[in-house]
Amino acid sequence: MKFAVIVFPGSNCDTDMYHAVKDELGSDVEYVWHDASDLSGFDGILLPGGFSYGDYLRSGAIAQFSNVMSEVVKAAKEGKPVLGVCNGFQILLETGLLPGAMRRNESLKFICQPEELVVVNDQTLFTSQYEKGEVISVPVAHGEGNYYCDEETLKALKENNQIVFTYAKNPNGSVEDIAGIINKEGNVLGMMPHPERAVDELLGSKDGLKLFQSIVKSWRERYVAAT
Amino acid sequence: MYKVKVYVTLRESVLDPQGKAVMHSLHKMGQSEVEDVRIGKYLELTLQKGDYDLDEKIVAMCSKLLSNPVIEDYRYEVEEVVAQ
Repeated sequence: MKFAVIVFPGSNCDTDMYHAVKDELGSDVEYVWHDASDLSGFDGILLPGGFSYGDYLRSGAIAQFSNVMSEVVKAAKEGKPVLGVCNGFQILLETGLLPGAMRRNESLKFICQPEELVVVNDQTLFTSQYEKGEVISVPVAHGEGNYYCDEETLKALKENNQIVFTYAKNPNGSVEDIAGIINKEGNVLGMMPHPERAVDELLGSKDGLKLFQSIVKSWRERYVAAT
Repeated sequence: MYKVKVYVTLRESVLDPQGKAVMHSLHKMGQSEVEDVRIGKYLELTLQKGDYDLDEKIVAMCSKLLSNPVIEDYRYEVEEVVAQ
């Protein structure tokens, strides 16, 4: 399985993402620059954290019109797994691949610390290696991670089991403690916490690794013939 | 040429923590009459005249990029200016 790490001007978690996939997960991975116009050679798309285009206008707003994003949308429509972390999540929201929007943290502070997350949905291709209700430790690092959506959208998210991760202790004011959501089709996940920074005990936690392992497992089950 | 002034603000239903912080600061300054502060963005666009529907164009730009309709409202004013 081959992953693409999309690199925008201002991305700064691309190296972490690459390292997690290459060295800890042991999968093929390549950096793909934001003006690329073909993602057909990749099986999974990773949108890393950072400050794409300097967070000008709104976080993720400018990135939605970069060349590569129409390819990301195409890959998403084809059913390929797409993971957006932090700024990557914000880009998925701005692009409309996921519903809702991000506001400034309630405290107005940039929050950078490990957070306990509850796995709410273990039936996704990103979370099959976790148990429902499992509490995992994954760091957050954001100034705008205060997830917002209207009542109607929230109801739909709940009905379709689209809330994948919640914060055990809400750090930023997010609606319903939401830390990560998935699209209705189940192949696009956005989350503010950084699983790629929790892939080795040396980093304080390796709870994020199972997310990447889940993606690979699902891909193998789907594309590699059973022996 | 057109000069388009766009005002983007958080929707009424969305809490504005930044505005709240500024309001508290104004209170500390002694401006106790201030009841609410909302912080927004102001953008000025200069457009060439052409064979297009101006309102339609502005709405497209505002709703797709300049504001995020999930949390923000916008309004705009148009001025006709003579090209320098």
